[in-house]
Amino acid sequence: MSGSVIPTARRLLASRLFLTLCLAATTIAILLLGALLVSIAIEGLGSLSWRFLDSFASRKAAQAGIKAPLLGSVWVCAICALIAVPMGIGTAIYLEEFAKRSRIKRLIQLNVSNLSGVPSIVYGILALAAFVRFFGMGSGDEPWTLGNPESFWYLQCPLGPSVLAGGFTLALVILPIMIIASQEALRAVPQSLRQGALALGSTRWQVVRLVTLPAAMPTIMTGAILAMSRAIGEAAPLLVIGGFLLVFQTPTNLMSDFTVLPLQIFNWAGRPQEDFHKLAAAAIIVQLVVLVAFNSIAIVIRQKLQRPLQS
Amino acid sequence: MTSFAARSAGEIAQRGRPHSPLRRRWSEKTIRAILFLLTLLTVVTTVAIITVLATETYGFFTLAGHPEISLWGFFTGEEWSPLLGAEPMFGVLPLVCGTLLVTAIAGVFALPIGLLTAVYLSEYAAPRTRTILKAALEILAGVPTVVYGFFALTFITPYLLQPLSSGFGAYNAMSAGIAVGIMILPIVCSLSEDALRAVPQSLRDGAYALGSTKFDVSAKVVVPAGLSGVIAAFLLALTRAIGETMIVALAAGGLAQMTANPAAQVQTMTAYMVQIFLGDAPAAGIEYKSSYAVAFTLFLITFALTWTGAIVLKRYREEYE
Amino acid sequence: MTQPTTPEQPLGASRVELPRGESETAARAPSSPQTAISMRGLSSWYGSNQVLHALDLEIAAKQVCAFIGPSGCGKSTLLRWINRMNDTIPGARAAGMLSLHGLDLLDPTLDVVDLRRRVGMVFQKPNPFPKSIFDNVAFGPRLHRIYSPTDLEELVEQSLRASALWGEVKDRLDSSALGLSGGQQQRLCIARAIAVGPEVLLMDEPCSALDPRSTASIEELIRELRATYTIVIVTHNMQQASRVSDATAFFYEGKLIETGATDLLFTNPTNRQTEDYVTGRFG
Ligand SMILES: Nc1ncnc2c1ncn2[C@@H]1O[C@H](COP(=O)(O)OP(=O)(O)O)[C@@H](O)[C@H]1O
Ligand SMILES: [Mg+2]
Repeated sequence: MSGSVIPTARRLLASRLFLTLCLAATTIAILLLGALLVSIAIEGLGSLSWRFLDSFASRKAAQAGIKAPLLGSVWVCAICALIAVPMGIGTAIYLEEFAKRSRIKRLIQLNVSNLSGVPSIVYGILALAAFVRFFGMGSGDEPWTLGNPESFWYLQCPLGPSVLAGGFTLALVILPIMIIASQEALRAVPQSLRQGALALGSTRWQVVRLVTLPAAMPTIMTGAILAMSRAIGEAAPLLVIGGFLLVFQTPTNLMSDFTVLPLQIFNWAGRPQEDFHKLAAAAIIVQLVVLVAFNSIAIVIRQKLQRPLQS
Repeated sequence: MTSFAARSAGEIAQRGRPHSPLRRRWSEKTIRAILFLLTLLTVVTTVAIITVLATETYGFFTLAGHPEISLWGFFTGEEWSPLLGAEPMFGVLPLVCGTLLVTAIAGVFALPIGLLTAVYLSEYAAPRTRTILKAALEILAGVPTVVYGFFALTFITPYLLQPLSSGFGAYNAMSAGIAVGIMILPIVCSLSEDALRAVPQSLRDGAYALGSTKFDVSAKVVVPAGLSGVIAAFLLALTRAIGETMIVALAAGGLAQMTANPAAQVQTMTAYMVQIFLGDAPAAGIEYKSSYAVAFTLFLITFALTWTGAIVLKRYREEYE
Repeated sequence: MTQPTTPEQPLGASRVELPRGESETAARAPSSPQTAISMRGLSSWYGSNQVLHALDLEIAAKQVCAFIGPSGCGKSTLLRWINRMNDTIPGARAAGMLSLHGLDLLDPTLDVVDLRRRVGMVFQKPNPFPKSIFDNVAFGPRLHRIYSPTDLEELVEQSLRASALWGEVKDRLDSSALGLSGGQQQRLCIARAIAVGPEVLLMDEPCSALDPRSTASIEELIRELRATYTIVIVTHNMQQASRVSDATAFFYEGKLIETGATDLLFTNPTNRQTEDYVTGRFG
């Protein structure tokens, strides 16, 4: 019997080694993040200036800036948030609070998790067909129009490669993420609160509106911000729908042409000249600052607004 | 006294004007219907994706004047040269191979590091360290992929790979693979960590009570117990790697070839799509249409992986009270 | 503030949409116990698993009725039929007759929202909403708009007084309900239920998550509320049943074994199983 016992010293050594391995892995992850930040800072900080933020694209690196992509990102992401956040919350509410346990619900749930795995470039292809070209309907002829091109809500159908189409496209990409995050937030609300509200004579919707949703809101908002930070960084689907023009104006209405920050970075990074790499790095710094701001808001919400739901 | 007060609460409660039950029921039904329609939109999206991809792919295979394109040739052909040469070749295997090579490099890099970091975070790290590291991971998860592509192009290749071997050109599968690996690292890590933390404390306590070291507990109790979640995390991360676009478009190169050499240029399925949608190939042309066939292939592969992940989670989930 | 309740004064808490005549009859004869809830041949299932077997029972108005019996014998299930909380459990169904003042409670077309306004419920674990104390009590009245707007504060105060909590919380109505102790939370849940003006209060082991002192205060409260409400309480605690209830029903494996006045049932049970249970020889 005693022969098969591994000596304690060796077991402790194994334990040590394992911890070292874990620490090494964690260190590698941190070092990579550090290398990323430092290399980009070195390359890009020199080009960062107010002029850089306030100029349009240019063939000459010294004069180029990110005004158009910056504002394009703002427009596209605002539209995306206005669409995807309420829709995601609504779908999550239906799935968590209304749907009975049934085959259909299981299928829809499976479908949502599948959608979250679809590569974003594939959403770009769908958006190209559905929003930009409206399935070939009305193409060739004049587009149908609605409203006055001067007003910001001027509409055309098909949408063409416009900010509205871009917002819709990003909404497609983050909708599944938004749904899943909201569902998790709703699921974290204790069942006893729903029971209490029901027992007082609430309807299902009243339970949601008065109890479940307010309780889940901080978590949902955290999820929404993280989903939006994904949207801000997306380039591939917008590239597919054609939001890759050299744009020399900021969007004025929903039908304006646009580009976004990640696409501009892609453009500059793909050029052989070192000067444009510097511009790309500078634009990345701007992008990362926005990202960190978003994450900080999420952290603040999580720590300040998230009160306990049970004692 | 109390009974009086309660009664008077009842009396006060009598004086209001409650909603009519009819109105209440009607608004409840309306809201329910609206939410249901919203939910159906997710199904519509899936159907629309499949329809668009299927019709366009069908259009590609039946395009007039191109008898050389066949389903069999597409899925088994070992040459992909739609733009070069007098006779374009449409065999998707080189693109699939490029995608798999990049994904494999990313997986070899990210899966072990991600899992070990997850074990460290869940089993070893002090709460404070954990909070800080998780925040760092969250930032890493939010970094746009085009940034990783830039990192691969301007740092990994020139400063990490080229000093190692002169075989690495400006574009190569290795640097793209590593960058994709960095991109999926936070996914592997945070999802695996969730799975490990879901393992009940009582299991750990039980193992410690038998005289286990921390290593025994982590490697022989916690990881096996959370294995289905860990595997699902791996699959999800690999799905993301396969569908990743901007990194490979920037750093992997543009030459579709069947190779397992990490120093070689490769073109992935997504990179080919970028090439087509960026270029000015005519929308009715064969190159343009071929990108839909590639997209459909990509969609089917990721779809299969996501399903596998869902099944793993469902069938092998360890249920704890 | 303290106004004596004279016997002539109608006990008007039954402010429900009963046919006029009926509620006035109830008001004129407060002393003779009148049946509030009655069931005949009530059976219930979860899926194919039958958990209640043909129950016949009458519960008197303005009294406290205790349900006792070993765990899993169906007490909670029966309670949840009285306010139809079972509707929220997939697969739960019932057959037979169950009525509240003549209203068929198993009617599939019954407006359960209105029923739950008339039948309040207090749960085993206190479940105050993560809102202020005031908002917790005002939740139901706001929901049903059953107050004229100027009365809301008064209604909240009276409900808190009725649940013997007013003195402890009157200075911090705006602070979170989650800051209260367990016993206070449970009394808050009772106030919350009272504020919508129910006729019946259902309590499912309301003290089992509380310490002895809080338990004592809830028991005292129940004894006071008895004058105004029909109370059905599920309890595991024999002493508690004998202290607070007028009538007791003993269940075993989904069947009603014995029912009667509490003092009789405890001192002189006619059934062997009941005797074993109340004397603590099993369960
Ligand atoms: N939601 C449910 N689904 C299925 N069976 C249930 C459910 N709730 C209770 N039961 C079953 O019904 C029986 C009675 O339960 P319950 O009414 O909770 O008993 P008690 O409250 O007397 O302890 C038990 O056997 C229990 O397993
Ligand atoms: Mg019970």
